[in-house]
Amino acid sequence: MSERSVRIESKVGLHARPAALFVQTAAKAPGDVTVAKRGGRPVNAKSILAVLAMDARHGEEVTITADGKDAEQLLDSLEELLSTPEPEGA
Amino acid sequence: MPEPLRGTGVSPGVGAGTVRTVAGEIPEPPAGTAAGDSETERDTALAALEDVAADLEARAERAAAAGNQDGRDVLVAQAMMARDPSLADGVRERTAAGATAARAVYEAFGVYRELLAGAGEYLAARVRDLDDIRDRAVARLLGLPMPGVPESDEPFVLVARDLAPADTAVLDPARVVAFVTEEGGPTSHTAIIARTLGVPAVVALRGATSLADGTRVLVDGAAGTVRVDPSDEEVAAARAAAAARAAALEDAVGPGATRDGHPVPLLANIGGPKDLDAALANGAEGVGLYRTEFLFLDRSAPPDPAEQEEAYRAVLEAFPQGRVVVRTLDAGADKPLAFLPPPGEEPNPALGERGLRMMRRHPDVLAAQLAALARAAAGLTAKLQVMAPMVTDADDTAYFAAACRDAGLEHPGVMIEVPAAALRARDLASEVEFFSIGTNDLAQYACAADRQIGALAALQDPWRPALLDLIAPAADAGVPCGVCGEAAGDPALACVLVGLGVTSLSMSAPSLPLVRTALAHHTLAQCQAAAAAARSARTAAEAREAARRHLPALHTLGL
Repeated sequence: MSERSVRIESKVGLHARPAALFVQTAAKAPGDVTVAKRGGRPVNAKSILAVLAMDARHGEEVTITADGKDAEQLLDSLEELLSTPEPEGA
Repeated sequence: MPEPLRGTGVSPGVGAGTVRTVAGEIPEPPAGTAAGDSETERDTALAALEDVAADLEARAERAAAAGNQDGRDVLVAQAMMARDPSLADGVRERTAAGATAARAVYEAFGVYRELLAGAGEYLAARVRDLDDIRDRAVARLLGLPMPGVPESDEPFVLVARDLAPADTAVLDPARVVAFVTEEGGPTSHTAIIARTLGVPAVVALRGATSLADGTRVLVDGAAGTVRVDPSDEEVAAARAAAAARAAALEDAVGPGATRDGHPVPLLANIGGPKDLDAALANGAEGVGLYRTEFLFLDRSAPPDPAEQEEAYRAVLEAFPQGRVVVRTLDAGADKPLAFLPPPGEEPNPALGERGLRMMRRHPDVLAAQLAALARAAAGLTAKLQVMAPMVTDADDTAYFAAACRDAGLEHPGVMIEVPAAALRARDLASEVEFFSIGTNDLAQYACAADRQIGALAALQDPWRPALLDLIAPAADAGVPCGVCGEAAGDPALACVLVGLGVTSLSMSAPSLPLVRTALAHHTLAQCQAAAAAARSARTAAEAREAARRHLPALHTLGL
């Protein structure tokens, strides 16, 4: 299993459009993908409801895990999503 | 020919189409064990969620095609929620334990509803999105009509118990040929939005929500009737009558005046710069009621002074030779604002701390609004008049006039909505430059009848002689006195108001042409005779009839 800690740069946190993109990306992976806030219980990263309910805000750090082949590649994509702030005016 | 269904016509015009009903609330499915086997319940539940998701996706694509990117994002997120794997797990667990499909869906949503509701401000809006998906899925499973304003590619007649602002915000006026509601009165939200959009509407129609979806109906918003399964001839005849009326209107142009040249400025009621196009298109000579609440609703802090100034200036610039009457913030328990703490539990919000009463508690908010108005008017040619709502006596009036003077505003006025203010209008007149009568609230207070209660709609009838008796002293108090309630938009009543001494009339923009026509065909003396006759009557119906006898042209105009 691969694991990565990432700081959320989106102003709205892991909500709205960033959350939808994050879950859509995770859902494409064949294996299990989880996300957890520091000290929190990992939740299914393919579940928009679980991800929203986690209420991860701007500046918070989350840990994402993935298993199976191409896990590292998936984590790369997810990390990029989380660590890229939305463009100005968006 | 069977008798048509009768309600209260609140927005004129004729519309024919098929019924689409806005469903009421979706009930909680009862707990209890499913009769069938659990696999079937599970598959049925999951299929319903998939159907809802597919429907939301289709709507998302339509929103994107219409250029509504925000709408698309919300709908895409909703579709993802409907397809959520954790939610599906919850449904599987519950059906395996014997729950019915509908109950399993309801409970599975409940888990996330609670989590999101407990997670802070932003997520509260997601709870509404989630409830909407849940209700859609449960409605499918229980065979109930879909909640919310229905989707339709064909023009339709929108039928509802009553329409909420949230329903009408997503309405496509091009697709709705008429509104019919079971509840509501002439001043309900449905009536006001219908007149603003120029859509025929009948409210307070008993049995409206029993009309089956797909039934063809003919709605006459002037007569207040709904005919079920009309013949083609009936539809054609109703359309011809409406067209004749429209033709009479073509001739009505120019400033408002009676036949003998007594000027009566005809002004528009607006809720923001977005309503200016309709006001100008209908020949408004200015604005008689600029409701400023839109600037303040749905926000956690008062609007920025620059933002206020801009919204006021946009309207003042639209009427370089005219006047613009702005009503200061009308907030209270029935229209709560996040940044104005509620004054406490109010069992009768209509009788509570609203309008100027609320502003006297928050003088800084009033002062900021008046200052923004003064800056907006600087250097412009339009005459800016500012008035306070919910004024009771000379003390309120003096308070508001002083606040206007402090802000450098030259033309203060007050609304006459409280019977005490109407009866003692002379005491108020020495403090301000003008009055504007809000007939909707004046009727509500004169008859002690909450205007939101459909069953009391008859008490809201502006033809009641008691209401006319309250208007008369205000119109006779020595300062110019307008009417900005919905009464001003009734062509016959408009003549009566002029006869009572009212000096200007302000109404929803689509009502302006009919009123202009009615005034242009009668002399001031005829209006005065109609007013006297109406005040001599004992009931609203008698007053209407008596007045019309002195206004002979109404009949030939089809009014």
